[in-house]
Amino acid sequence: MRRSKYEKPAPRTGGGAKTSAMVASLAAPGQRTKPAPFGNALVELAKSRPDIVGLSADLAKYTDLHIFAQAYPERFYQMGMAEQLLMSAAAGLAREGFTPIATTYAVFAARRAYDFICLAIAEENLNVKIACALPGLTTGYGPSHQATEDLAIFRGMPNLTILDPCDAHELEQVVPAMVAHQGPVYLRLLRGNVPLVLDEYGYTFAWGKAQTIRDGRDVLVISSGLMTMRALEVAQELERDRIDVAVLHVPTIKPLDAETILREAGRGGRLVVVAENHSVVGGLGEAVASLLLRTGTVPPGFRQIGLPDAFLDAGALPTLHERYGISTQAMARSIRGWL
Amino acid sequence: MDTLLDVRPRAGTNVSLSERAYRIRRHALLMGEVQGQGYIAQALGISDVLAVSYFHAMTYRPEDPEWEGRDRFLLSIGHYAIALYAALIEAGIIPEDEIASYGSDDSRLPMSGMAAYTPGMEITGGSLGHGLGIAVGIALGLKRKSSGAFVYNLFSDGELDEGSTWEAAMSAAGFGLDNLIGLVDVNGMQADGPSRGVLNFEPLAPKFEAFGWFVQRVDGNDIDALVQAFDAARAHPGPCPRVVICDTKMAKGVPFLEARERNHFLRVEADEWRQALAVLDEGRPQ
Repeated sequence: MRRSKYEKPAPRTGGGAKTSAMVASLAAPGQRTKPAPFGNALVELAKSRPDIVGLSADLAKYTDLHIFAQAYPERFYQMGMAEQLLMSAAAGLAREGFTPIATTYAVFAARRAYDFICLAIAEENLNVKIACALPGLTTGYGPSHQATEDLAIFRGMPNLTILDPCDAHELEQVVPAMVAHQGPVYLRLLRGNVPLVLDEYGYTFAWGKAQTIRDGRDVLVISSGLMTMRALEVAQELERDRIDVAVLHVPTIKPLDAETILREAGRGGRLVVVAENHSVVGGLGEAVASLLLRTGTVPPGFRQIGLPDAFLDAGALPTLHERYGISTQAMARSIRGWL
Repeated sequence: MDTLLDVRPRAGTNVSLSERAYRIRRHALLMGEVQGQGYIAQALGISDVLAVSYFHAMTYRPEDPEWEGRDRFLLSIGHYAIALYAALIEAGIIPEDEIASYGSDDSRLPMSGMAAYTPGMEITGGSLGHGLGIAVGIALGLKRKSSGAFVYNLFSDGELDEGSTWEAAMSAAGFGLDNLIGLVDVNGMQADGPSRGVLNFEPLAPKFEAFGWFVQRVDGNDIDALVQAFDAARAHPGPCPRVVICDTKMAKGVPFLEARERNHFLRVEADEWRQALAVLDEGRPQ
């Protein structure tokens, strides 16, 4: 519960460096990262794909599209802080045979430009790739920037493929895959120095496929995006308590890989925990829940780890992830409590 | 078809624009009659603009509606579909015998225009305020391809209410899109009543001028004025987008419908359709 704005907080004594809203990295201290995997992968791909053009709504620098803009200035369109125009113009360019990559923040695409994505792009199945930074809770700026419901908003849109990659390794592979796909795509983009995790697991992204990253007997975590990274950390931590955690990574939120999810959830005996960097309303958790219910697949338990159905606080990202239960420690605590 | 319906063009290729406009109105009335109601007042009002677009200004191939070299015509106002279908029929892109299917199940002529349904329909309009932004993207794309084609976007005074229209207007000038021609139908009527009472957009021409457009404002039911304006819009040497603001009269050509005050969505009695056709025929250009 947020304090009244008329109540003065206690004076701070140190710790400023850790509690600043400027602390916005997803990487833990010392974790391996890769800079701007999206921008760099796009530049590489664009060498052989002259149809690729980049558009931004005054956020190229903050979506790593500036790297593309620098490499191909004549293929970059600055559309201004005008997200409705961004999406309409992308639709127009797609009509003329180009493959526009439209970037902004997830909040602005989902909340402000929805009608334009829906009618100008998705209804006609146009080849526009919408890549949006700050998905879910990946900034401490508060609700104006936290796209905690972007999946809920976009899952209802026909024709739209929704991708939520985990790390830099996957993001690099997602870029050529989404461009190769014919049709609109919404990509939850991780920007800046992005953690590098899945290369250690010998993982390769496959379009539309959920994949088991590690197996385990006691708990099946079904996760997407950065929560797969957290789930893998949780699995290591719970190993010490002799709790065996499997992690099924679902980078394609829509269309959902029902076959793999049902096979894994139906293997029996395992608590199913769906973990997502998104509100518990309308995201991967509810998508999996309805799939299980529709097919009569009944695991011994079903739980969700996700953000509460609330407007979230401003603050430092580590503080907020802990507060809302999606930090590694908070997630481990939750799972222990459910067993 | 009875003789009343079977009106052929008077001459082969040398058909006057006013004859084209008359025939577009006629096709529209026949479609309106199929459903008994609809956006027929807008269709009658915009027919002269469509006649000049399709039979004077634009380059296209009726037998190949997606020909790469064509001028693109975007119908941002999806509910004007009845008008554009009439023009597409007259242009030979849609067969005339599909008139009877207008707005019915499995028709290629749905009530609101959609790209996937109808040959010659470039975009899915209807969610208003989309067309001009899409036109910006198409114009950018045409320039990337070094195409000499124009993109026309037909939008309405009602769409001036939408912020997205002005995002696009600012952008078109910023990009110097001299291959984009906006056509604004100012018929003065929106769903809730007279446009200027809904959200006043006047003074309109100075607005577009301030946004960096080459602006002309004409009587949208005066074919000679339209021809001049379209020619000037295409020939203008400036590196800027062009707009022709067309003041039109709702239900133009059928005086008893022109006189109806609330004509955004006209209900016309069964016997009145024949009356309307007869009145229109009386005014057929000689």
